[in-house]
Amino acid sequence: MEKMKLVLVGNGMAGVRALEELLKLAPDLYDITVFGAEPHPNYNRIMLSPLLAGEQTVQEIIINDLGWYAEHGITLHLNKKVVKIDRKACTVTAADGTSAAYDRLILATGSKPFILPVPGNELNGVVSFRDIADVDAMIAASQQYQHAVVIGGGLLGLEAAYGLKLRGMDVTVVHLAPWLMERQLDRSAAKLLQTSLEEKGLKFLLEKRTEALLPAAAPLPQAGEGTAVPTLRVGKVRFSDGGEVPADLVVMAAGILPDDALARSAGIHCARGIVVNDTLQTFDPRIYALGECVSHRGINYGLVAPLFEMAKVCANHLAQMGIARYNGTVTSTKLKVTGIELFSAGDFSSSEHSDELVFHDAASGIYKKLVLENDRIKGAVLYGDSVDGSWYFQLMRDGADVSAFRRTLLFGQAHLGDSGHNPETRVASLPDSAEICGCNGVCKGDIVKAIRDKKLYTLDEVRSHTKASASCGSCTGLVESLLAHTLGGDYSEAPGKKPLCKCTDYTHDEVRAAIAEYRLKDMAAVRTHFEWKTPDGCPACRMALNYYLLCAWPQDYQDDPQSRYINERAHGNIQKDGSYSVVPRLFGGMCTPHQLRAIADVADKYRVPEMKVTGGQRIDMFGVKKEQLPAMWKDLSDAGFVSGHAYGKAMRTVKTCVGSAWCRFGTQDSTGLGVQLEELTWGSWMPHKFKLAVSGCPRNCAEATIKDFGVVCVDSGYELHVGGNGGIKVRVTDLLCKVESEAEVLEYCGAFCQLYREDAHYLERTAPWIERVGLEKLKAAIVADPEKRKALYQRFLVSQQPAQIDPWKERANGAMAGEFAVLRG
Amino acid sequence: MPNEQSNIVGHHYVQPNLRKNGAIMSNWTRICTLEDIPRQGSRVVESDSGRIALFRTHDNEVFALADRCPHKGGPLSQGIVCGCKVTCPLHNWNIHLADGKAIAPDEGQTATYPVKLEGGAVFIQL
Ligand code: SRM
Ligand SMILES: Cc1cc2nc3c(=O)[nH]c(=O)nc-3n(C[C@H](O)[C@H](O)[C@H](O)COP(=O)(O)OP(=O)(O)OC[C@H]3O[C@@H](n4cnc5c(N)ncnc54)[C@H](O)[C@@H]3O)c2cc1C
Ligand code: SF4
Ligand code: FES
Repeated sequence: MEKMKLVLVGNGMAGVRALEELLKLAPDLYDITVFGAEPHPNYNRIMLSPLLAGEQTVQEIIINDLGWYAEHGITLHLNKKVVKIDRKACTVTAADGTSAAYDRLILATGSKPFILPVPGNELNGVVSFRDIADVDAMIAASQQYQHAVVIGGGLLGLEAAYGLKLRGMDVTVVHLAPWLMERQLDRSAAKLLQTSLEEKGLKFLLEKRTEALLPAAAPLPQAGEGTAVPTLRVGKVRFSDGGEVPADLVVMAAGILPDDALARSAGIHCARGIVVNDTLQTFDPRIYALGECVSHRGINYGLVAPLFEMAKVCANHLAQMGIARYNGTVTSTKLKVTGIELFSAGDFSSSEHSDELVFHDAASGIYKKLVLENDRIKGAVLYGDSVDGSWYFQLMRDGADVSAFRRTLLFGQAHLGDSGHNPETRVASLPDSAEICGCNGVCKGDIVKAIRDKKLYTLDEVRSHTKASASCGSCTGLVESLLAHTLGGDYSEAPGKKPLCKCTDYTHDEVRAAIAEYRLKDMAAVRTHFEWKTPDGCPACRMALNYYLLCAWPQDYQDDPQSRYINERAHGNIQKDGSYSVVPRLFGGMCTPHQLRAIADVADKYRVPEMKVTGGQRIDMFGVKKEQLPAMWKDLSDAGFVSGHAYGKAMRTVKTCVGSAWCRFGTQDSTGLGVQLEELTWGSWMPHKFKLAVSGCPRNCAEATIKDFGVVCVDSGYELHVGGNGGIKVRVTDLLCKVESEAEVLEYCGAFCQLYREDAHYLERTAPWIERVGLEKLKAAIVADPEKRKALYQRFLVSQQPAQIDPWKERANGAMAGEFAVLRG
Repeated sequence: MPNEQSNIVGHHYVQPNLRKNGAIMSNWTRICTLEDIPRQGSRVVESDSGRIALFRTHDNEVFALADRCPHKGGPLSQGIVCGCKVTCPLHNWNIHLADGKAIAPDEGQTATYPVKLEGGAVFIQL
């Protein structure tokens, strides 16, 4: 079959990243053609600053060399600028006449530097800072001339100025605003920055409006042909206040504009950028656009992190998977000037609703400011010490409530128990979910895992395996610390190690491993083996050990009721007045009139003060006296009910929607599948509560994507989602995989439950567990390896045998009577 | 404050409201056997002066406290027993079984009752 044709216009960072993502998902779907206006293969534009500074070479900043294009069968047209799109014929044509036909077209034309509309801007020696050609021009000028003026004191301007200074020029930065980087920094931080840059030899002219660029006195030798060729070189910059400075080189770094000229000329809707929807489609559905050239929900981006996210989404749709959405990105910035630490994110301007936390130590050059609104971080500026930038950024994006640690917030995450400021120990204490590389969205956990699993020893290896520090490089220091920390010494001795509780120095994982290895079958054996510091443990370790033993020896271990929270011991939720609630299980939320009548009868008989339909699709009876529980359970049990475990660190509910039985959109029998899942999993004790849901179509009425295990039915099968959480910190699930039959759903679900049961720490829900161990681990065990999956599933079934005995019925029949009976005094 | 007046019987305080006419009432009541209380657990005793939580520790010591947490009245009998403390089931305050006092930083005290073990039977002085 003939492949579809995909054409990419713009061989830059966003476009080629989209191709990389696409090749991962669907390597053979398209014949790909790329047009690039520049003569170079795809390179890392961010690294132009180190290139200018002489810290990197052109070779080093190439991301994909010509070999890569050849390897993937991509036709590459370098040095060919596309000038026309014919949307009827579906072709593009370059300036030299080269043309190509497309079924799908990607526009990734980037931005154009904003050139100040002042007289003289066409003179020789006036450049922008956007591509390799610009850097070449600057380097050439630095070898011949002395005075450089950079117009624009933003990120780009400062990096240009710093590079030119290192190249030996006398550099003046001209800036219109009263302080540098006014969009990222407040005045105080900008002042510190300016001082450090002045120490490096840069000069600054603030609040200066450039009025004209004046030619140098002597004309250049004539170029020969044509009158339009500028023949004069720039010599001075003049300001609106009449002042002048000498300038043999002027770098315009006053901003960028989305390059949407080509799209406009083809009649595609643009508004300060090519307008795209959340799937990165333009108004012509065959044409996608991403990168700096687009306008998404009215926003233009100028940093790579959002572009890379767009690339993922765009590739997902081009690969015809059609599930990803781009929802915009919160961005943060760092300045890439060696020796200067600067971080800024969010909105740091204060308003009447916001509070500021400020730390300012002028002598040591440290300034930190956090802007809070409703106890949530709204913006952060860090100067001189930016190690905690990623943590603040995370809290900010999570919208986390920081009221609990507000007082120590400014001292950073590592504040507790860390006296030194050694970066190595500080990265050690970051959680695995902390984002280290903002550009590529790589977390600490991913990096540490790659270092360990793939035996990486150098920064370059980490870069190539994880992409961390491979883009802007500002996290290089953190990545190096992680390397040092992970490789240095025995990892289990590392300071990150957290004991199970204060009764022992051993971790959850170590204790669990020993329970299996040394066949420790009761709590006393565990405490002896590890030389517990207390004779009978504490509430934390007793609950955890009871669970670990139960999970390890489902057939042998004798459950210890005194090592259960009261809710699990009494099989009901304790209420604030000491009474209990009773929630019978309604499998999949399905019920019959007979069942409802039986519940109503029980409620009448025991004079239940209040009833309610729960958020888990069943019925709650509140205010029951503990002494009444066994009798009430007996009546419920006689009517065919089992406990709903609404009280347990256990499988709770399976929420379902109407599904194909009745709903006009239903693709599969979501209720039936939900009932089967609940029959499979009810009664299972878990590290924490565990909830499931099945939705009959992607409208997802059962909210499957915030459950521990969620199924979304689609025409072609079942999407399995894991690790979702409503509650305190909402987390959307990760897609585990897609399967085709109900039998597979049950098997994958059982395997997932068992992996969670065996691997997670007690009281760790699936969401934090997955963030700690990484989705890859789950995929490796459940998706990639059928043997492992089947073994997990088998172990789950074995542990379900003793677990699926209804605790209510047992107690109604007299088990643990002392728990419920009252003595007379 | 009860402390200066209270008599110490074993390591249990006798609360002033249990005195009548300045004399300690010595009506010991047999409640149950030691085996009726789960180790590291408790039983609830209904009495004329309200519900009493009767605890048995890991080391087979027995204590009796009013079944009301000094915080918001939570049923201490439903809590978790570790060492000589019980953790209240409602908001996790820790209460000393010996004197009924909340462990710092929390403050408060629950009434205690003298208990004795004789020939495997448990007696509370009511
Ligand atoms: C009864 C119910 C509310 C209702 O009337 O709808 C309920 C009631 C309680 N929830 Fe819930 N939750 C109920 C559905 C939910 C849901 C909704 C759902 O499951 O779809 C959520 C959010 C979804 C989730 O869990 O991801 C929910 C998130 C929580 C949380 C926060 C969990 C988290 O991971 O952040 C807690 C606190 C905890 O577990 O530590 C909690 C804890 C509680 C406790 C057990 C508080 C406690 O420890 O005493 C409440 C018992 C009240 C009582 O006196 O009986 N409840 N709770 C719901 C019972 C459903 C059922 O049939 O079993
Ligand atoms: C000096 C410098 C430093 C930077 N530092 C950082 C940083 O530290 N962190 C950060 O996140 N971001 C940084 N950026 C920004 C980052 O480089 C850009 O956001 C990113 O490169 C944009 O990617 P893009 O694919 O949209 O555009 P580009 O990378 O610019 O790619 C667009 C490509 O399309 C080509 N093109 C345009 N029109 C046509 C046409 N009609 N036909 C064929 N080809 C065409 C262009 O020549 C260009 O090669 C920096 C940028 C610069 C210039
Ligand atoms: S949200 Fe849940 S925990 Fe909070 S009051 Fe309601 S039922 Fe109780
Ligand atoms: S009632 Fe006991 S801790 Fe709140």
